[in-house]
Amino acid sequence: MISLQTYLIISALVFIFGLIAVVNKKNAVGILMGVELILNSVNLNFIAFAKYVDLSIKGQIIAIFVIILAAAEAAVALAIVLNIYRYRSTIDVTTVDLMKN
Amino acid sequence: MVEIAVIIALLPLLAFVIQIFFGKRLPRQGDWVSIGAIVSGFGLSLYLFIQMLTRYDPGFVITESFTWIDLGSFKINLGIYLDNVSITMLMVVTIVSSLVHIYSMAYMEGDPRYSRFYAYLSLFSFSMLGLIIWDNLFGIYMMWELVGLCSYLLIGFWFEKDSASNAAKKAFITNRIGDFGFLFGLLIVVTAIGSFTLTDIAEGVASGKLSGGWLTAAGILLFCGAIGKSAQFPLHVWLPDAMEGPTPVSALIHAATMVAAGVYLVARLFFMLSLDAMIFISYIGAFTAIFASIIAVTQNDIKRVLAYSTVSQLGYMIMALGAGSFTAGFFHLVTHAMFKAGLFLGSGSVIHAMHHAMHKLDVHDDPNDIRLMGGFKDKMPTTYRTFLIYTLALSGIPFFSGFLSKDAILGGTLAFAVSQSNPIHYLLPVFGFAAAILTAFYMFRLVILTFHGEPQRKDLYENIHESPKTITIPLSILAVLSIFIFYTLPGINPFSAAHGWFEHLMAAPASAVAQFSGHPVVDISEHTAHSSHTLAMIISIIVALSGILTAFAIYYWKKMDVEALTEKMGVLYRLSYNKFYVDEIYEATVVRGLLMWNNLLSWFDNAIIDGLVNLTAWITRHTSALSGKFDNAVIDGMVNEIADITQGFGRQLRRVQTGQIQTYIFAAVVGAVVIILVRLV
Amino acid sequence: MEATEILFLIIAAITVISAAIVAFSNKIIYAAFSLLLTLFGFAALYVYLSADFIAVSQVMIYVGGILILILFGVLMTQRIYDVSVKSERNPVLPTLLTAIGSAVVLGLIIFKTPWRQVADSGYAPITERIGQAIMGDFLLPFEIASILLLAALIGSVFIARAEEKK
Repeated sequence: MISLQTYLIISALVFIFGLIAVVNKKNAVGILMGVELILNSVNLNFIAFAKYVDLSIKGQIIAIFVIILAAAEAAVALAIVLNIYRYRSTIDVTTVDLMKN
Repeated sequence: MVEIAVIIALLPLLAFVIQIFFGKRLPRQGDWVSIGAIVSGFGLSLYLFIQMLTRYDPGFVITESFTWIDLGSFKINLGIYLDNVSITMLMVVTIVSSLVHIYSMAYMEGDPRYSRFYAYLSLFSFSMLGLIIWDNLFGIYMMWELVGLCSYLLIGFWFEKDSASNAAKKAFITNRIGDFGFLFGLLIVVTAIGSFTLTDIAEGVASGKLSGGWLTAAGILLFCGAIGKSAQFPLHVWLPDAMEGPTPVSALIHAATMVAAGVYLVARLFFMLSLDAMIFISYIGAFTAIFASIIAVTQNDIKRVLAYSTVSQLGYMIMALGAGSFTAGFFHLVTHAMFKAGLFLGSGSVIHAMHHAMHKLDVHDDPNDIRLMGGFKDKMPTTYRTFLIYTLALSGIPFFSGFLSKDAILGGTLAFAVSQSNPIHYLLPVFGFAAAILTAFYMFRLVILTFHGEPQRKDLYENIHESPKTITIPLSILAVLSIFIFYTLPGINPFSAAHGWFEHLMAAPASAVAQFSGHPVVDISEHTAHSSHTLAMIISIIVALSGILTAFAIYYWKKMDVEALTEKMGVLYRLSYNKFYVDEIYEATVVRGLLMWNNLLSWFDNAIIDGLVNLTAWITRHTSALSGKFDNAVIDGMVNEIADITQGFGRQLRRVQTGQIQTYIFAAVVGAVVIILVRLV
Repeated sequence: MEATEILFLIIAAITVISAAIVAFSNKIIYAAFSLLLTLFGFAALYVYLSADFIAVSQVMIYVGGILILILFGVLMTQRIYDVSVKSERNPVLPTLLTAIGSAVVLGLIIFKTPWRQVADSGYAPITERIGQAIMGDFLLPFEIASILLLAALIGSVFIARAEEKK
């Protein structure tokens, strides 16, 4: 019998790795991968709760919507990244600071 | 069964989709797709129809529905409602539609938009069949608009002609007025009862959720839709103009099916009509019947005569339904669909021949004008014979279908008048009989002027030929269907259909209004009905024969000079010839009125509103100048001081904004962690 | 321990470890491929949670769609032949702070909350129920999501297209 906590721990670990990737990497694509990790860990939580706590399929439905959002986010984000690369020949996010001050 | 009905309706839709996208690329421009769809629909309808006859059950109803929109308390159910009436209607529509499809092969041959024509015909067939089988007013309303759209498209099919595109617009706009009433009626019904489904409405009315004045209002408003679509007075003006469309279209849409949709709607709503609503409906119908037939007497365009005749016959049906003779009204719908479609197709055959003759001789005259015809009976024997049969049927001569149904209507209205205490209701049968004389008269005038007598134009006459088989065969089939025997079986009495399948199966639906109030809406005893029926039969035979004899006397034996007669009739003739100036009255009142109202509003805008605005502007400008000085000196000083302070703070705080997303994320996460820790620990 | 549980542990280990590689690898292409492993691992975990439909969707959308997109991104923005391309890093301290902070919070939540445990309800096909729910209670969000996807589609095409030559 696999308990709920097992899933939560897996999800927490992946979440933290995702967070590390987002905060630490300078490469925009790397950050994007971190975001995907975070979204996946959240999804795992939803589905685990749907099975163990809520006993309905609402969690799964929300997970589906999260996947949809992730797809939209990835498409738009990569389009932006490509555009930045075209204009600046780099995707180092620390150099992109148009909003500074 | 329900599946079959759905398939019957969907086949033409499929044909429409194929035609509209691929029509031009298919062999023969794809006419076989549309024809195949409607003919298979006819086969399936025939199957349903035979089942209905073998069942022989007047109370047969089958419904099936599903929830389409479910927004909590608001629900729309969609479904199919099949009973004897709708099965018969399916049969009528598919027969006429199939024959018109076949007929059009010859009539529309060589038209540059041949495939488009068939696409529209298929779309129309789909929407008409859908209208018949829906079980709820919402679906009927959708299809109602769709048939209106098809009518618009087909009237304006030759849109290069200004008259055709104007006629299409007129039909659409006039129908819109009636549909507005329909929509309001729909809203009343759905507000009071909360459902669009016919069975729910019947229950609601029976339990008194909708009663009294509101019920009457709902009935009359829903009937407004029928006034528009079935071209009843005062919205009849579009139908004669609709004759600008191709003749097969006139036969299908503007004679047999779409205009009958209004009658069908009234028949469907028969259960919820209160007595007041019924009397209103009946008078509209009766007035339309006599009014249109007076106009038909003097028209010279072969199709316009038939168009006014259609308006008048639709008035008959409406009058019968209003007088409580459900079966008679619906009966006339069916028989009329057959012979009127035939009349139009016959006139189309004549016009086709005229058109070709004119084309050959290179003359440009109106091929519809009966004053240019005459003596065609030897040149076009099949067309003549079938046309004569339809005319006899329409005039109400025994042994033809029209006699049975018209007689039933007149008997029904007479019985209604007898059963009502107010003697003024005798106007209804009087109008009916008067219209019957005129009908016989103008139809025989048409036949004599077209097919008998001396040819008016020798050159054209020489070049008239009988139409091809694809035209004459549909004519013959419809002529056979105008014989009484099809409607009286298993009885064979040519004078009464009382024991026939039709009168047995198409019993009037139980009135929900009567269920609520506890007494019948229209109380006609068995005895009254029977005696009125016999009386009406005798009168109507006399009336029809006298109409015919008059026509022969004037136009065949020339006992009277037509010119002199016209002179003598003077005002009446001019009124009739100019269609009682209804179009002109609308032009003068509605159109001119709107324009004047617009001019008035524009003057009001320019003179008064603008003047006020300018005055206000002047005052404001001077006040502003004054307050501007105050602003500069006092207010600005304070504001500048505040701005300086804010700017100072801003300069310091700006350093926080590094422009680095990751810094922000870091800050956000740390903040979230601190907040959660504070809550948890 | 049953075989399924052992398998579960293996899958969990693969998922977590490959996620760690995504986070710590300096070579962006390695990160992208281990992300593939992570995503597959998640799909397997969903199967354990009797979410068959989502597991399949995960494979199709994430692995088949998003990951490919990311790989495209890598290919188009890096000189991929040079495997030594390093992804540079920010200072370690903030990263460490966020990681430890969120680890503490998540740990507290996971172990302190008295989770209501329900008996394993076994595996049953779920696709039909999801279909019913999406076309029923969740119709409006579903429609909005479709509009969102359309907007994202058009938007990304608009952003990423080549400049028009004027």
